[in-house]
Amino acid sequence: MNTLLEFKNVSLTYQTYTDEITAIDDLSFSIDRGEFVSFIGPSGCGKTTILSLVAGLIKPTSGKIILGGREIQKPDGNLGYMLQKDQLFPWRTIEKNVILPLEILRKNTSKNREYANDLLDKYGLKNFKKYYPDQLSGGMRQRVALIRTMVYRPDLLLLDEPFSALDYQTRLQVCDDVYKIIKAENKTAILVTHDITEAISMSDKIIVLTSRPASLMAIHKPHIIGDTPIKKRESEEFSGWFEKIWKELN
Amino acid sequence: MKAQEKKFSKYHYLYTRKIKRDKAITVILQVFILVLFLGLWELLAYLNVIDSFVTSCPSKIVKTIGVLITENNLFYHMGITLYETIMGFLIAVFLGYVIALILWWSERARKVLEPYIVVLNSLPKIALGPIIIVWFGSGSKAIIFMAILIGIIVAIITMLNGFLATDKEKILLLKSMGANKFQILSKLVVPGSFPTFISMLKISVGMAWIGSIMGEYLVSRAGLGYLIVYGGQVFKLDLVMAATVVLCMLATVMYLIVAMLEKCIIKYKN
Ligand SMILES: Nc1ncnc2c1ncn2[C@@H]1O[C@H](COP(=O)(O)OP(=O)(O)O)[C@@H](O)[C@H]1O
Ligand SMILES: [Mg+2]
Repeated sequence: MNTLLEFKNVSLTYQTYTDEITAIDDLSFSIDRGEFVSFIGPSGCGKTTILSLVAGLIKPTSGKIILGGREIQKPDGNLGYMLQKDQLFPWRTIEKNVILPLEILRKNTSKNREYANDLLDKYGLKNFKKYYPDQLSGGMRQRVALIRTMVYRPDLLLLDEPFSALDYQTRLQVCDDVYKIIKAENKTAILVTHDITEAISMSDKIIVLTSRPASLMAIHKPHIIGDTPIKKRESEEFSGWFEKIWKELN
Repeated sequence: MKAQEKKFSKYHYLYTRKIKRDKAITVILQVFILVLFLGLWELLAYLNVIDSFVTSCPSKIVKTIGVLITENNLFYHMGITLYETIMGFLIAVFLGYVIALILWWSERARKVLEPYIVVLNSLPKIALGPIIIVWFGSGSKAIIFMAILIGIIVAIITMLNGFLATDKEKILLLKSMGANKFQILSKLVVPGSFPTFISMLKISVGMAWIGSIMGEYLVSRAGLGYLIVYGGQVFKLDLVMAATVVLCMLATVMYLIVAMLEKCIIKYKN
């Protein structure tokens, strides 16, 4: 198959002056292009650590991580990272926030700016380009943050609990929006969450992790009927999957 | 943006009227206190309740300022002090900012230099007066040096804290895009610490005045600080008071300029 990312027996141990914390223990999995994969596990099990490894921000203590056929060395602008808080820069307008990665990667060409502009138009931010982040709602800001991760056309999107700072109503809506955007732009995405319903409603593949140190508990492919997360939540199989994963996590 | 076109209810009118009235009352009270203070001072001196030889009085201060302008070249003294203060301010701010940048950049430098900065910060700079006189003589140079010395440490510490307060997650985000250290500095740390920079400017204005006047107390043959010390030595309290009043006005103007600069930049950014 068309593999994009592969973990081979990856372990990671954090060193602090007084302690050694093993966050990941002998983890192996692979992710195909175009897949939407969720990692689910209890808080503090090592989910963010997995994303930091994929992003090349830290190196595994042992094992190999292969992205697009090559071992990851350091961050190189081949992936987009979306965090719990939108982390938009308050002194930049929406338009300027979105092209930040282009400036960093020295790809600030008129063609790329146009692409950024198109994405803003397409996903309901057309009239807000000249606004500052604090003039937008939380849901809109997360959408901007997502678009910011896509303007430089990375192979892979990393989403670290991007909805957990939103209230419940907004969360369902933003969840839907993000899913649609990612599918429409045909991106591969890794979502990290501790919310089971979020994982089931969004993913092609769910990887369940044990509590710390994170290792593989189970891999599921819930082929749930429905075009969008909100529709999937209404489907019949949904509660079955929920119970199954809930049992695994407890 | 569209506020002018909007039709407001009468409650809005009442609300804004109340705010305007509160503001007016504040200003009236402020002026009243000043007039009361000056009036009482003048009256008590006139009635000989207080000895105006020791306390001076407003009319004498005004007269003295007039004499200073016509006979003693007041503007020359103002110019000297202003020059020393502004030079001290600009150099302290510039060096302070650059040194803070270096300390942000290099964790090693930061850790190594920390005890030195702490000691320099707690040292009363005026203790270095004699050394400064020996090194720089008794002219403007020595006074500017004093002003820099007093201002720079606070400038460094304020700015460095501003730089170090940069959101860790934002740094992480930039790193994940492949940003290098210089890009993190120029795209995030510098613009993000802009409010700190403005407060650093405001603090530094005050520091520069302390430095220049203190310097003039120690050495110098000209400037407002010189006039004040000289007036004290020959027991001309009118001169002391007059020079102090002029100093107050200059310091206020300089602070207002910085505050205005802040407003302009914020407007420009929006
Ligand atoms: N830089 C670090 N140094 C030491 N320990 C860390 C560091 N980052 C995370 N940890 C520890 O590793 C474990 C996993 O962290 P994390 O990956 O953030 O968990 P999650 O995202 O699943 O909540 C936690 O127990 C945390 O305390
Ligand atoms: Mg986490």
